[in-house]
Amino acid sequence: MKILVAVKRVVDHNVRIRVRPDGTGVETTGVRMSMNPFCKHAVEAAVQLAEKGHASEVVVVSIGPKQSNDVILTALAMGAHRGILVETDAALETLTIAKLLAKVVDEEQPDLILLGKQAVDDDSNHVGQMLAALTNRPQATFASEIVVKGSELEVTREVDYGRETIALPLPAVVTADLRLNTPRNAALPMVMKARSKPLAVRPADSFGIDLAPRLTIEKVSPPAERVAGKTVGSVADLASAIAAEVNEMEAL
Amino acid sequence: MSVLLLADHDKGELSPATARLVAAASQLGPVDLLVVAENPGNIAAAAAQIAGVRIVQVVKAAETAESITNSLEGLAQRYQSVSASASSVGKDVIPRLAAKLDIQPVTDIVEILGPNRFTRPIYAGNALETLTDPQEKHLLTFRASAFRPAASGNAAPVENLDLSITSAARFLAAHRTESDTPDLATAQIVIGGGVSVGSAEGFQLIEKLGKTLGAAVGATRAAVDAGYAPNDWQIGQTGKIIAPDLYIAIGISGALQHLAGIQGAKKIFAINTDAEAPLVKIADVALIGDLFEIVPQLIAELEKQGLKR
Ligand SMILES: Cc1cc2nc3c(=O)[nH]c(=O)nc-3n(C[C@H](O)[C@H](O)[C@H](O)COP(=O)(O)OP(=O)(O)OC[C@H]3O[C@@H](n4cnc5c(N)ncnc54)[C@H](O)[C@@H]3O)c2cc1C
Ligand SMILES: Nc1ncnc2c1ncn2[C@@H]1O[C@H](COP(=O)(O)O)[C@@H](O)[C@H]1O
Repeated sequence: MKILVAVKRVVDHNVRIRVRPDGTGVETTGVRMSMNPFCKHAVEAAVQLAEKGHASEVVVVSIGPKQSNDVILTALAMGAHRGILVETDAALETLTIAKLLAKVVDEEQPDLILLGKQAVDDDSNHVGQMLAALTNRPQATFASEIVVKGSELEVTREVDYGRETIALPLPAVVTADLRLNTPRNAALPMVMKARSKPLAVRPADSFGIDLAPRLTIEKVSPPAERVAGKTVGSVADLASAIAAEVNEMEAL
Repeated sequence: MSVLLLADHDKGELSPATARLVAAASQLGPVDLLVVAENPGNIAAAAAQIAGVRIVQVVKAAETAESITNSLEGLAQRYQSVSASASSVGKDVIPRLAAKLDIQPVTDIVEILGPNRFTRPIYAGNALETLTDPQEKHLLTFRASAFRPAASGNAAPVENLDLSITSAARFLAAHRTESDTPDLATAQIVIGGGVSVGSAEGFQLIEKLGKTLGAAVGATRAAVDAGYAPNDWQIGQTGKIIAPDLYIAIGISGALQHLAGIQGAKKIFAINTDAEAPLVKIADVALIGDLFEIVPQLIAELEKQGLKR
């Protein structure tokens, strides 16, 4: 089977972000960027399927500015075979991203599309589900296990009540949760080799899709700050503080 | 300005979050509920009692993303807004429906500022986005914990719909955590345990404290990854979002992704050996010390004070 993996370049998840004082957004200049953590799990799943002989080709695609090459190279170093950068400097909404990816799916005809379940910048959790709808495929979101059974997948999903297993025929869309696997750190020779793998660059405005946003972002603001309270000295004091809270609750 | 809202349910029962979602959706207009379930009877009956519900529409179908999306799609034309909880089901279906209808959805809404103005958290809650949605139809998910529940005492009519629903994906099996603790997302008190709790047995101690206080029990990702707690206990950016009156964090460092899930808590208490832990720095009340010594004493002390709930 052929697998397409979509990866996004985001502010590194260890960075403590700063909201711009003028409310126009989150400061991203001079901030460390890396591959969205959930996308790493998606790439790892694809590479493992290839290593087990289930997949013959793993193609990675990223939509974003020129620097998104970096996250494509990371995926190629992890073992993906070829990359596609859909280049744009514009901030695109998730529906637009899904439409661009659907065009790539048209061209590539993958049997399986793997994505992260959410991008940790906008925390949308949209694109996989949208792409499944646009390509008329079944979806399995929040995957913690993927088993290939002939022309079907059995996917275990992390849901609010625990986990559930569903079966879906290929072609299909799967989005990765964090417990799907442990992404590898590419060894140096693989990083060197990644640079010689094919990487096509395509301008986003060449796909015939309206890139204009639908929503108007009025402002981005920091959340209310929490300030430190007091430290108590004994378990009895802690118990009393809990009792005081509980009594107030019941008075409501 | 009518709103279609997908009811949240589990194990054949309406989930407590639904009354909160109705309260949220009612701010936009009259609310019609849709129940999609294999066994919708009890769910629909409970849904009809929520104040503000105009009608409960029922589709008896498998609970896969495709079949729920198809059901919503069949009704969407008649509504200006189609909405659901920001739960694992709502997250699964609303974006799928949005793409079918060519609408950009607005999800994880924590505040409704007007008929098409909303606030939603981004960057794990470290920033809040205020936006306007000028589209003709709105596709929305609400964070139940951010809204107070609607009252009960209604008797809305229940209507069974006969839609032809197909789904390529098939449900095979549910793997549940058997636990009699309250629903994490809507509990008044939550106890959270971190990886330092050390084992599944250690979590029984946390659960015991939970029982004493009538509290729900949650965990960090590190504790879940280590196999000490089930995945549906995870609180945070990738887990449940909670908004209790009181959150007691035990042996939890307070990583950004964990804090993302507890920002709605009114009061935060912390037990930690490290006075410099980020969670201690934002706690209203902290006790510095070893959880294995403190928690058993705390349970005894609470029982002594007669605080058994
Ligand atoms: C993309 C992404 C998403 C994530 N999503 C989530 C999420 O949804 N939820 C989540 O929780 N995490 C999430 N994480 C993980 C998060 O970054 C942290 O790794 C995790 O929250 C740490 O868990 P912890 O506090 O249990 O462990 P640690 O950070 O190891 O902290 C342990 C704490 O226990 C204290 N301690 C040790 N021994 C004792 C003792 N005997 N008594 C009392 N205190 C003691 C220590 O002082 C320390 O503060 C995510 C990470 C990523 C990258
Ligand atoms: N700009 C992008 N380029 C490539 N893939 C993306 C992009 N944005 C989102 N995705 C994919 O969609 C997933 C979910 O993102 P989101 O819906 O934005 O939370 C991500 O983990 C990626 O796999």
